[in-house]
Amino acid sequence: MALPAATIEQLGQWEVPEQQIGLWSDALQRFRRNRLAIAGAAVVLLLVLIAFGSPLLVQLHLIADPLKQHVEFIEAAPGQNGYAFGADELGRDTLSRLLFGSRVSLAVGIFVQAIILPIGLAIGLTAGYFGGRIDNLLMRFTDIWYAFPDLLFVLVVVSVFGPSLLTIFGAIALVNWVGLARLVRGQVLSIKEKEFIEAARSSGSAPAKLILKHLLPNSLGPIIVTLTFGIPQAIFLEAVLSFLGVGIQPPTPTWGQMVFDGYENIYANPTSVVFPALAIGFTLLAFSFVGDGLRDALDPRMKR
Amino acid sequence: MAVTAGRPTRGALLPSQLSAITSTRTGSLAIFIVRRILWMAPILFFVILITFTLMHLAPGSPWDKAGGRQLSDTVINNLNIRYGLNKPVTQQFVLYLWSVIHFDFGLSYQYQNKTVSGLLLESWPYTATIGVLAFLLIIPVGVGLGVLAALRQNTRIDYITMGFATVAASFPNFVIGALMVVVFGVLSYRATGGNFFLPTAGFALDDHLIMPVLTLALLPIAYTARLTRASTLEAIRQDFVRTAWAKGLPERLVVTRHVLKNSLIPVVTTLGPTFAFLVTGSVIVETVFSIPGIGRAFVVAIESRDYPMILGTTVLFSLVIAVANLVVDVAYVFIDPRVRLT
Repeated sequence: MALPAATIEQLGQWEVPEQQIGLWSDALQRFRRNRLAIAGAAVVLLLVLIAFGSPLLVQLHLIADPLKQHVEFIEAAPGQNGYAFGADELGRDTLSRLLFGSRVSLAVGIFVQAIILPIGLAIGLTAGYFGGRIDNLLMRFTDIWYAFPDLLFVLVVVSVFGPSLLTIFGAIALVNWVGLARLVRGQVLSIKEKEFIEAARSSGSAPAKLILKHLLPNSLGPIIVTLTFGIPQAIFLEAVLSFLGVGIQPPTPTWGQMVFDGYENIYANPTSVVFPALAIGFTLLAFSFVGDGLRDALDPRMKR
Repeated sequence: MAVTAGRPTRGALLPSQLSAITSTRTGSLAIFIVRRILWMAPILFFVILITFTLMHLAPGSPWDKAGGRQLSDTVINNLNIRYGLNKPVTQQFVLYLWSVIHFDFGLSYQYQNKTVSGLLLESWPYTATIGVLAFLLIIPVGVGLGVLAALRQNTRIDYITMGFATVAASFPNFVIGALMVVVFGVLSYRATGGNFFLPTAGFALDDHLIMPVLTLALLPIAYTARLTRASTLEAIRQDFVRTAWAKGLPERLVVTRHVLKNSLIPVVTTLGPTFAFLVTGSVIVETVFSIPGIGRAFVVAIESRDYPMILGTTVLFSLVIAVANLVVDVAYVFIDPRVRLT
């Protein structure tokens, strides 16, 4: 359709805003506007500070040693004998154990994602980029993993190889990479057909460069969101393992373990269940708020 | 088309002679169902293979800690013969597959003279009762809350419902169970001087069921409510709904006749994962409330390294989930005629 000359002239005079807003700063702006996401991020930040700072607090004698028993104060109620959050069935300070419990939870959340990322990327990129028979094979493979009930698999692996930190991280990662692999594959499949990929390919880019320079950066947003949602998922699985008594072994304080211990003596001291239970719940809630915020911020097709 | 996992791509299993059948919708539906059923076999095979391999990778033998002392070689030999562990591993695997096909999961290690099938038969009614009740609760409550929130969008009702759903979707079920026990068990016990508001442990067909069923159902309810709200919001903006309003239909009819039908479609796709969640959730709920179901039996088997029982439970759970996914996929085809049967 031919445009009248006047219109073309007008178009030429349109002012282009000088400062272009990139995807990431745009996303950051959107994330900032989301109050729940900011609240979630604040809680996460606080947890990170606690996780790193709790040993220091013990050294400064601001909180008690989480492993030290005081048999005379067994099942002390909150506020009693200087125990702000009470003491557990072995006379250990609940507050201190709560603070130290964040270390295991955060470690599980982060390290599991660190294991998932390379596996999910490798399988998803390969399947999506090469397609055909390789794609078919890899996707059938992920289907099989997907069919496995995740909690059962983690329980089986932990019962076989013993409840060490490494086994637990590995087992949780083994059931959780499937989601990321599928997502990456889907992203690659949709980006692969775009013109700029064709342009890159026809100008002679090697497959490795295509993947690393074009496919990967363009699917980074959804990958980040998936990993963020993976953190509470991993924390949850570790807490369940501890609650069932097959997780990270005592005396290392973990929240799931604390709920498990407290639950045995729930009539004597219900607060020893309530505190760790709420700690798990609000941690997961905070991470899911951050995840929601990131998803809304990084999805350029969002309607808002 | 975003139906659940495990749908082979078009043509993977399809000889060209069958193309005549697939040209009709009924024909292609039949092919679709057959193919989905056939796809269950390799899935279950690999679930068994992986679990079986894991069990045999376990360091040491299952008799290492039997009775808390070292057993003599003769005893170990006899035990191995009794449980078929003296044969080569591959032969054990084939034998196991053969017996699984006949619903025989072997002998349990932890109890004398009890078969895994027997243990599963003993415990499944508890698991099934709670699971089915939870399932029956999820759809009406979850959908109801979701539709309510969508119809009253941006009102207090919407905020409260969605606030509840967001929190409930994040809190793990053992946390919810434990907190409910504190509120309805411990605190009411203390407040009334010895009366429980609700029983906190055990199984009976009365108010014993309330807390376990709620604990199990709460997360899927929250999830369903959020999903239904989103799909309802989409549905009420459609032209045919505006037409229904315009011709003066009362709200009740607009919702039930026009909105609900469309907002339910995405909910159906999540029923498969929901079912899987209920199955694995039974492990947790039965532990929290001391219910002697399959989930509890599984945890006990894990603790005592009763490998045949672990394997049997895993196979059974995977089978149940696979069948549930199959049913959901097929139901989906009937509900949404737009689905392509590829």
